[in-house]
Amino acid sequence: MAHIAEHYTEYHPRWLRPHISTYWWLRKRSYFAFILREISSLFVAWSVVYVLLIVYAVGRGPTVYQELLEWSRQPWVIVVNVISLLLVGFHAVTWFNLAPQALVVRLGHTHVPGAVISASNYAAWVVVSAIVAWIIVGG
Amino acid sequence: MSKRIKLQVARYRPEQESESVFEEYEVPCPSDWVVLDGLNHVKDQLDGTLSYRWSCRMGICGSCGMTVNGEPKLTCATFLDDYAPGPVRVEPLRNFPVIRDLVVDLGDFMQKLVRVKPWIVRSVEKPLAAGEYLQTPEEMDEYKQFSMCINCMLCYAACPIYGLDPKFIGPAAIALAQRYNLDSRDEGAAERLEILSEHEGIWGCTFVGECTKVCPKNVNPAGAIQRYKLNAALESVKSFFLPRGA
Repeated sequence: MAHIAEHYTEYHPRWLRPHISTYWWLRKRSYFAFILREISSLFVAWSVVYVLLIVYAVGRGPTVYQELLEWSRQPWVIVVNVISLLLVGFHAVTWFNLAPQALVVRLGHTHVPGAVISASNYAAWVVVSAIVAWIIVGG
Repeated sequence: MSKRIKLQVARYRPEQESESVFEEYEVPCPSDWVVLDGLNHVKDQLDGTLSYRWSCRMGICGSCGMTVNGEPKLTCATFLDDYAPGPVRVEPLRNFPVIRDLVVDLGDFMQKLVRVKPWIVRSVEKPLAAGEYLQTPEEMDEYKQFSMCINCMLCYAACPIYGLDPKFIGPAAIALAQRYNLDSRDEGAAERLEILSEHEGIWGCTFVGECTKVCPKNVNPAGAIQRYKLNAALESVKSFFLPRGA
Protein backbone atom coordinates (compact mmCIF):
# COMPACT_ATOMS: atom_id res chain seq x y z
CA MET A 1 0.00 0.00 0.00
CA ALA A 2 1.28 3.49 -0.81
CA HIS A 3 2.33 5.49 2.21
CA ILE A 4 -0.57 7.88 1.86
CA ALA A 5 0.20 10.07 4.84
CA GLU A 6 3.75 10.81 3.64
CA HIS A 7 2.48 11.36 0.12
CA TYR A 8 0.07 13.97 1.44
CA THR A 9 2.74 15.75 3.46
CA GLU A 10 4.80 16.26 0.32
CA TYR A 11 2.02 18.45 -1.08
CA HIS A 12 1.10 20.01 2.23
CA PRO A 13 4.39 20.92 3.87
CA ARG A 14 2.64 23.20 6.34
CA TRP A 15 0.63 20.47 7.96
CA LEU A 16 1.78 19.82 11.48
CA ARG A 17 2.94 16.29 12.22
CA PRO A 18 3.34 16.06 15.97
CA HIS A 19 6.27 13.92 17.05
CA ILE A 20 5.46 10.66 18.88
CA SER A 21 7.64 10.34 21.95
CA THR A 22 9.78 7.23 22.37
CA TYR A 23 8.15 6.95 25.78
CA TRP A 24 4.55 7.01 24.48
CA TRP A 25 3.89 3.75 26.36
CA LEU A 26 4.36 5.53 29.68
CA ARG A 27 1.53 7.98 28.91
CA LYS A 28 -1.29 5.63 29.92
CA ARG A 29 -1.60 2.62 32.19
CA SER A 30 -3.22 0.59 29.42
CA TYR A 31 -0.31 1.34 27.04
CA PHE A 32 2.15 0.25 29.72
CA ALA A 33 0.19 -2.98 30.34
CA PHE A 34 0.24 -3.63 26.59
CA ILE A 35 4.03 -3.23 26.37
CA LEU A 36 4.45 -5.43 29.45
CA ARG A 37 2.30 -8.09 27.79
CA GLU A 38 4.44 -7.91 24.64
CA ILE A 39 7.68 -8.19 26.65
CA SER A 40 6.24 -11.08 28.67
CA SER A 41 6.24 -13.11 25.43
CA LEU A 42 10.03 -13.39 25.76
CA PHE A 43 9.65 -14.90 29.21
CA VAL A 44 6.90 -17.22 27.98
CA ALA A 45 9.39 -18.44 25.36
CA TRP A 46 12.05 -18.89 28.06
CA SER A 47 9.58 -20.94 30.16
CA VAL A 48 8.97 -23.26 27.20
CA VAL A 49 12.74 -23.67 26.67
CA TYR A 50 13.21 -24.39 30.38
CA VAL A 51 10.47 -27.06 30.41
CA LEU A 52 12.06 -28.67 27.34
CA LEU A 53 15.42 -28.67 29.16
CA ILE A 54 13.79 -30.45 32.12
CA VAL A 55 12.13 -33.03 29.85
CA TYR A 56 15.43 -33.60 28.03
CA ALA A 57 17.30 -34.00 31.34
CA VAL A 58 14.72 -36.44 32.72
CA GLY A 59 15.02 -38.49 29.54
CA ARG A 60 18.82 -38.66 29.88
CA GLY A 61 18.69 -40.08 33.41
CA PRO A 62 19.18 -39.06 37.06
CA THR A 63 22.74 -37.71 36.65
CA VAL A 64 21.86 -35.24 33.89
CA TYR A 65 18.68 -34.25 35.77
CA GLN A 66 20.74 -33.62 38.93
CA GLU A 67 23.18 -31.48 36.89
CA LEU A 68 20.26 -29.39 35.61
CA LEU A 69 18.99 -28.90 39.17
CA GLU A 70 22.49 -27.77 40.24
CA TRP A 71 22.62 -25.33 37.32
CA SER A 72 19.16 -24.06 38.22
CA ARG A 73 20.30 -23.20 41.75
CA GLN A 74 22.44 -20.34 40.43
CA PRO A 75 21.05 -17.00 41.64
CA TRP A 76 20.62 -15.54 38.16
CA VAL A 77 18.63 -18.59 36.98
CA ILE A 78 16.39 -18.31 40.06
CA VAL A 79 15.84 -14.60 39.38
CA VAL A 80 15.00 -15.25 35.70
CA ASN A 81 12.62 -18.07 36.66
CA VAL A 82 10.83 -16.02 39.31
CA ILE A 83 10.37 -13.13 36.84
CA SER A 84 9.21 -15.66 34.23
CA LEU A 85 6.65 -17.16 36.61
CA LEU A 86 5.18 -13.73 37.35
CA LEU A 87 5.12 -12.65 33.70
CA VAL A 88 3.73 -15.96 32.43
CA GLY A 89 0.91 -15.52 34.97
CA PHE A 90 0.37 -11.94 33.77
CA HIS A 91 0.41 -13.09 30.14
CA ALA A 92 -2.12 -15.85 30.84
CA VAL A 93 -4.47 -13.53 32.74
CA THR A 94 -4.41 -10.84 30.04
CA TRP A 95 -4.89 -13.52 27.38
CA PHE A 96 -7.90 -15.04 29.13
CA ASN A 97 -9.42 -11.61 29.66
CA LEU A 98 -9.05 -10.83 25.95
CA ALA A 99 -10.40 -14.19 24.76
CA PRO A 100 -14.07 -13.07 24.70
CA GLN A 101 -13.18 -10.35 22.18
CA ALA A 102 -11.99 -12.92 19.64
CA LEU A 103 -14.44 -15.72 20.36
CA VAL A 104 -18.11 -15.39 19.65
CA VAL A 105 -19.84 -18.51 20.96
CA ARG A 106 -23.48 -19.14 20.25
CA LEU A 107 -25.80 -21.51 22.06
CA GLY A 108 -28.94 -21.78 19.97
CA HIS A 109 -30.07 -18.20 19.36
CA THR A 110 -28.21 -16.66 22.30
CA HIS A 111 -24.63 -15.42 22.52
CA VAL A 112 -22.58 -16.76 25.39
CA PRO A 113 -21.54 -13.76 27.55
CA GLY A 114 -17.87 -12.76 27.52
CA ALA A 115 -17.57 -13.36 31.27
CA VAL A 116 -18.55 -17.01 30.78
CA ILE A 117 -15.90 -17.45 28.05
CA SER A 118 -13.23 -15.92 30.33
CA ALA A 119 -14.40 -18.00 33.29
CA SER A 120 -14.25 -21.22 31.26
CA ASN A 121 -10.64 -20.38 30.30
CA TYR A 122 -9.73 -19.87 33.96
CA ALA A 123 -11.52 -23.09 34.90
CA ALA A 124 -9.59 -25.03 32.25
CA TRP A 125 -6.37 -23.45 33.57
CA VAL A 126 -7.13 -24.63 37.12
CA VAL A 127 -8.08 -28.15 35.99
CA VAL A 128 -4.97 -28.60 33.81
CA SER A 129 -2.73 -27.19 36.59
CA ALA A 130 -4.30 -29.59 39.10
CA ILE A 131 -3.74 -32.58 36.78
CA VAL A 132 -0.08 -31.57 36.19
CA ALA A 133 0.44 -31.07 39.93
CA TRP A 134 -1.11 -34.49 40.65
CA ILE A 135 1.16 -36.16 38.07
CA ILE A 136 4.31 -34.49 39.46
CA VAL A 137 3.60 -34.57 43.19
CA GLY A 138 1.19 -37.41 43.81
CA GLY A 139 1.27 -39.57 40.71
CA MET B 1 -21.81 34.97 39.35
CA SER B 2 -22.31 31.92 37.14
CA LYS B 3 -19.71 29.17 37.06
CA ARG B 4 -16.85 29.51 34.56
CA ILE B 5 -14.04 27.22 33.41
CA LYS B 6 -10.76 27.74 31.55
CA LEU B 7 -10.24 26.11 28.17
CA GLN B 8 -6.64 25.62 27.05
CA VAL B 9 -7.00 25.26 23.32
CA ALA B 10 -4.22 24.10 20.98
CA ARG B 11 -3.69 26.63 18.21
CA TYR B 12 -1.73 25.97 15.05
CA ARG B 13 -1.72 28.72 12.47
CA PRO B 14 0.68 27.55 9.77
CA GLU B 15 1.26 31.09 8.48
CA GLN B 16 2.64 32.22 11.84
CA GLU B 17 3.67 29.11 13.85
CA SER B 18 5.77 26.05 13.18
CA GLU B 19 4.54 24.28 16.33
CA SER B 20 1.24 24.14 18.13
CA VAL B 21 0.77 26.60 21.04
CA PHE B 22 -1.90 26.78 23.74
CA GLU B 23 -4.22 29.73 24.22
CA GLU B 24 -6.42 30.06 27.26
CA TYR B 25 -10.05 31.17 27.18
CA GLU B 26 -12.51 31.44 30.04
CA VAL B 27 -15.99 30.21 29.15
CA PRO B 28 -19.27 29.73 31.03
CA CYS B 29 -19.73 26.28 32.56
CA PRO B 30 -23.44 25.52 33.07
CA SER B 31 -24.13 21.87 33.80
CA ASP B 32 -25.59 21.25 30.34
CA TRP B 33 -22.64 22.67 28.36
CA VAL B 34 -20.36 20.28 26.53
CA VAL B 35 -16.80 21.05 25.39
CA LEU B 36 -18.16 21.88 21.94
CA ASP B 37 -20.41 24.56 23.48
CA GLY B 38 -17.30 26.04 25.08
CA LEU B 39 -15.50 26.10 21.73
CA ASN B 40 -18.54 27.66 20.05
CA HIS B 41 -18.56 30.34 22.75
CA VAL B 42 -14.88 31.06 22.04
CA LYS B 43 -15.55 31.24 18.31
CA ASP B 44 -18.65 33.45 18.63
CA GLN B 45 -17.62 35.73 21.49
CA LEU B 46 -13.86 35.69 22.08
CA ASP B 47 -11.81 34.68 19.05
CA GLY B 48 -13.40 34.15 15.65
CA THR B 49 -10.17 32.80 14.18
CA LEU B 50 -10.40 29.46 16.03
CA SER B 51 -10.87 26.55 13.60
CA TYR B 52 -12.51 23.22 14.44
CA ARG B 53 -15.05 20.82 12.95
CA TRP B 54 -18.54 20.11 14.15
CA SER B 55 -21.96 19.48 12.70
CA CYS B 56 -24.82 17.60 14.36
CA ARG B 57 -24.10 18.24 18.07
CA MET B 58 -25.67 14.90 18.99
CA GLY B 59 -23.07 12.16 18.54
CA ILE B 60 -24.20 11.13 15.08
CA CYS B 61 -21.99 12.87 12.53
CA GLY B 62 -18.62 12.05 14.12
CA SER B 63 -17.11 15.43 13.16
CA CYS B 64 -16.19 16.88 16.53
CA GLY B 65 -13.64 14.32 17.76
CA MET B 66 -10.78 16.01 19.64
CA THR B 67 -8.34 15.23 22.42
CA VAL B 68 -9.77 16.42 25.73
CA ASN B 69 -7.37 16.31 28.66
CA GLY B 70 -5.32 13.70 26.80
CA GLU B 71 -8.22 11.40 25.85
CA PRO B 72 -9.91 11.14 22.45
CA LYS B 73 -13.51 12.33 22.90
CA LEU B 74 -16.52 13.49 20.96
CA THR B 75 -16.66 17.08 22.21
CA CYS B 76 -20.45 17.16 21.77
CA ALA B 77 -20.77 14.36 24.33
CA THR B 78 -18.16 15.53 26.83
CA PHE B 79 -19.51 17.79 29.56
CA LEU B 80 -17.44 20.71 30.77
CA ASP B 81 -18.78 20.27 34.28
CA ASP B 82 -17.10 16.85 34.52
CA TYR B 83 -13.74 18.64 34.33
CA ALA B 84 -14.53 21.35 36.89
CA PRO B 85 -12.74 23.29 38.24
CA GLY B 86 -10.57 22.90 35.12
CA PRO B 87 -8.64 23.80 33.14
CA VAL B 88 -9.77 21.70 30.19
CA ARG B 89 -7.09 21.08 27.61
CA VAL B 90 -8.44 20.69 24.06
CA GLU B 91 -6.12 19.43 21.32
CA PRO B 92 -6.60 17.99 17.84
CA LEU B 93 -6.98 14.21 17.47
CA ARG B 94 -3.63 12.48 17.79
CA ASN B 95 -1.99 10.49 14.99
CA PHE B 96 -3.32 12.72 12.20
CA PRO B 97 -1.64 15.67 10.48
CA VAL B 98 -2.99 18.98 11.77
CA ILE B 99 -4.20 21.38 9.10
CA ARG B 100 -5.09 24.23 11.43
CA ASP B 101 -5.89 24.59 15.15
CA LEU B 102 -8.14 21.58 15.95
CA VAL B 103 -8.73 20.48 12.36
CA VAL B 104 -6.96 17.32 11.24
CA ASP B 105 -6.67 15.71 7.82
CA LEU B 106 -8.61 12.44 7.47
CA GLY B 107 -7.62 11.73 3.85
CA ASP B 108 -5.53 8.74 4.89
CA PHE B 109 -8.53 7.02 6.47
CA MET B 110 -10.83 7.85 3.56
CA GLN B 111 -8.49 6.13 1.11
CA LYS B 112 -8.10 3.08 3.35
CA LEU B 113 -11.85 2.82 3.88
CA VAL B 114 -12.53 2.47 0.16
CA ARG B 115 -9.94 -0.31 -0.10
CA VAL B 116 -11.91 -2.59 2.29
CA LYS B 117 -15.08 -2.28 0.15
CA PRO B 118 -17.56 -1.15 2.82
CA TRP B 119 -20.61 -1.95 0.76
CA ILE B 120 -22.59 -5.08 -0.09
CA VAL B 121 -20.77 -7.10 -2.73
CA ARG B 122 -22.78 -9.59 -4.77
CA SER B 123 -21.36 -12.02 -7.33
CA VAL B 124 -24.65 -11.87 -9.24
CA GLU B 125 -27.26 -9.18 -8.60
CA LYS B 126 -30.89 -10.32 -8.44
CA PRO B 127 -33.17 -8.63 -10.97
CA LEU B 128 -35.31 -5.90 -9.44
CA ALA B 129 -38.43 -7.94 -10.14
CA ALA B 130 -37.16 -10.66 -7.77
CA GLY B 131 -37.66 -8.29 -4.84
CA GLU B 132 -35.57 -7.34 -1.84
CA TYR B 133 -32.79 -9.30 -0.23
CA LEU B 134 -34.61 -10.43 2.89
CA GLN B 135 -32.95 -10.69 6.26
CA THR B 136 -34.13 -11.98 9.63
CA PRO B 137 -33.70 -9.92 12.82
CA GLU B 138 -31.14 -12.53 14.01
CA GLU B 139 -29.12 -12.06 10.81
CA MET B 140 -29.19 -8.30 11.31
CA ASP B 141 -28.03 -8.65 14.91
CA GLU B 142 -24.86 -10.34 13.63
CA TYR B 143 -23.49 -7.12 12.13
CA LYS B 144 -25.57 -4.35 13.74
CA GLN B 145 -22.96 -3.50 16.39
CA PHE B 146 -20.30 -2.84 13.72
CA SER B 147 -22.70 -0.77 11.62
CA MET B 148 -22.95 1.81 14.41
CA CYS B 149 -19.53 3.29 13.50
CA ILE B 150 -19.75 7.03 12.77
CA ASN B 151 -16.16 7.40 11.47
CA CYS B 152 -15.28 9.78 14.27
CA MET B 153 -11.65 8.59 14.26
CA LEU B 154 -11.35 8.40 18.04
CA CYS B 155 -10.16 4.81 17.62
CA TYR B 156 -7.34 5.87 15.29
CA ALA B 157 -6.33 8.62 17.71
CA ALA B 158 -6.18 6.09 20.56
CA CYS B 159 -4.31 3.42 18.61
CA PRO B 160 -0.54 3.62 19.20
CA ILE B 161 0.05 1.16 16.35
CA TYR B 162 -1.51 3.56 13.84
CA GLY B 163 0.54 6.39 15.34
CA LEU B 164 3.77 4.45 14.92
CA ASP B 165 2.90 2.84 11.58
CA PRO B 166 0.50 4.96 9.50
CA LYS B 167 0.35 2.16 6.90
CA PHE B 168 -1.84 0.15 9.31
CA ILE B 169 -5.38 0.06 7.90
CA GLY B 170 -6.71 0.77 11.38
CA PRO B 171 -9.62 -0.11 13.66
CA ALA B 172 -12.65 1.59 12.07
CA ALA B 173 -11.92 0.42 8.52
CA ILE B 174 -11.48 -3.18 9.69
CA ALA B 175 -14.63 -3.02 11.84
CA LEU B 176 -16.57 -1.73 8.83
CA ALA B 177 -15.18 -4.51 6.64
CA GLN B 178 -16.36 -6.96 9.29
CA ARG B 179 -19.78 -5.29 9.31
CA TYR B 180 -20.24 -6.28 5.65
CA ASN B 181 -18.62 -9.71 6.05
CA LEU B 182 -21.21 -10.59 8.70
CA ASP B 183 -24.10 -9.34 6.57
CA SER B 184 -26.10 -12.31 5.23
CA ARG B 185 -26.65 -10.43 1.93
CA ASP B 186 -22.94 -9.94 1.26
CA GLU B 187 -20.64 -12.17 -0.79
CA GLY B 188 -17.46 -10.08 -0.67
CA ALA B 189 -15.65 -11.61 2.32
CA ALA B 190 -12.96 -13.27 0.17
CA GLU B 191 -12.21 -10.00 -1.67
CA ARG B 192 -11.87 -8.12 1.63
CA LEU B 193 -9.74 -10.83 3.17
CA GLU B 194 -7.17 -10.36 0.40
CA ILE B 195 -6.70 -6.75 1.49
CA LEU B 196 -7.04 -7.27 5.21
CA SER B 197 -4.71 -10.25 5.41
CA GLU B 198 -1.83 -8.03 4.27
CA HIS B 199 0.73 -7.17 6.94
CA GLU B 200 -0.78 -3.68 7.29
CA GLY B 201 -4.23 -5.19 7.72
CA ILE B 202 -5.44 -7.28 10.65
CA TRP B 203 -1.97 -8.62 11.47
CA GLY B 204 -0.72 -5.10 12.14
CA CYS B 205 -2.97 -4.99 15.21
CA THR B 206 -1.27 -6.11 18.41
CA PHE B 207 -4.46 -5.82 20.46
CA VAL B 208 -3.80 -2.82 22.64
CA GLY B 209 -7.59 -2.58 22.98
CA GLU B 210 -7.78 1.21 23.35
CA CYS B 211 -9.88 1.56 20.19
CA THR B 212 -12.73 -0.28 21.88
CA LYS B 213 -12.39 1.69 25.12
CA VAL B 214 -12.69 5.10 23.45
CA CYS B 215 -15.42 4.20 20.93
CA PRO B 216 -18.48 6.39 21.69
CA LYS B 217 -20.83 3.97 19.90
CA ASN B 218 -19.66 0.68 21.50
CA VAL B 219 -18.61 -0.72 18.14
CA ASN B 220 -15.75 -2.77 19.61
CA PRO B 221 -13.26 -2.57 16.72
CA ALA B 222 -10.67 -4.56 18.70
CA GLY B 223 -13.13 -7.44 18.89
CA ALA B 224 -13.83 -7.17 15.15
CA ILE B 225 -10.12 -7.38 14.38
CA GLN B 226 -9.52 -10.40 16.62
CA ARG B 227 -12.51 -12.22 15.12
CA TYR B 228 -11.15 -11.40 11.68
CA LYS B 229 -7.77 -12.85 12.65
CA LEU B 230 -9.45 -16.07 13.71
CA ASN B 231 -11.37 -16.24 10.41
CA ALA B 232 -8.22 -15.51 8.39
CA ALA B 233 -6.29 -18.22 10.22
CA LEU B 234 -9.11 -20.74 9.64
CA GLU B 235 -9.25 -19.79 5.95
CA SER B 236 -5.48 -20.34 5.65
CA VAL B 237 -5.77 -23.78 7.25
CA LYS B 238 -8.71 -24.64 4.99
CA SER B 239 -6.88 -23.55 1.85
CA PHE B 240 -3.86 -25.65 2.93
CA PHE B 241 -5.86 -28.84 3.44
CA LEU B 242 -8.44 -28.18 0.74
CA PRO B 243 -6.50 -26.30 -1.97
CA ARG B 244 -9.29 -26.83 -4.52
CA GLY B 245 -12.02 -25.74 -2.17
CA ALA B 246 -14.42 -27.74 -0.05
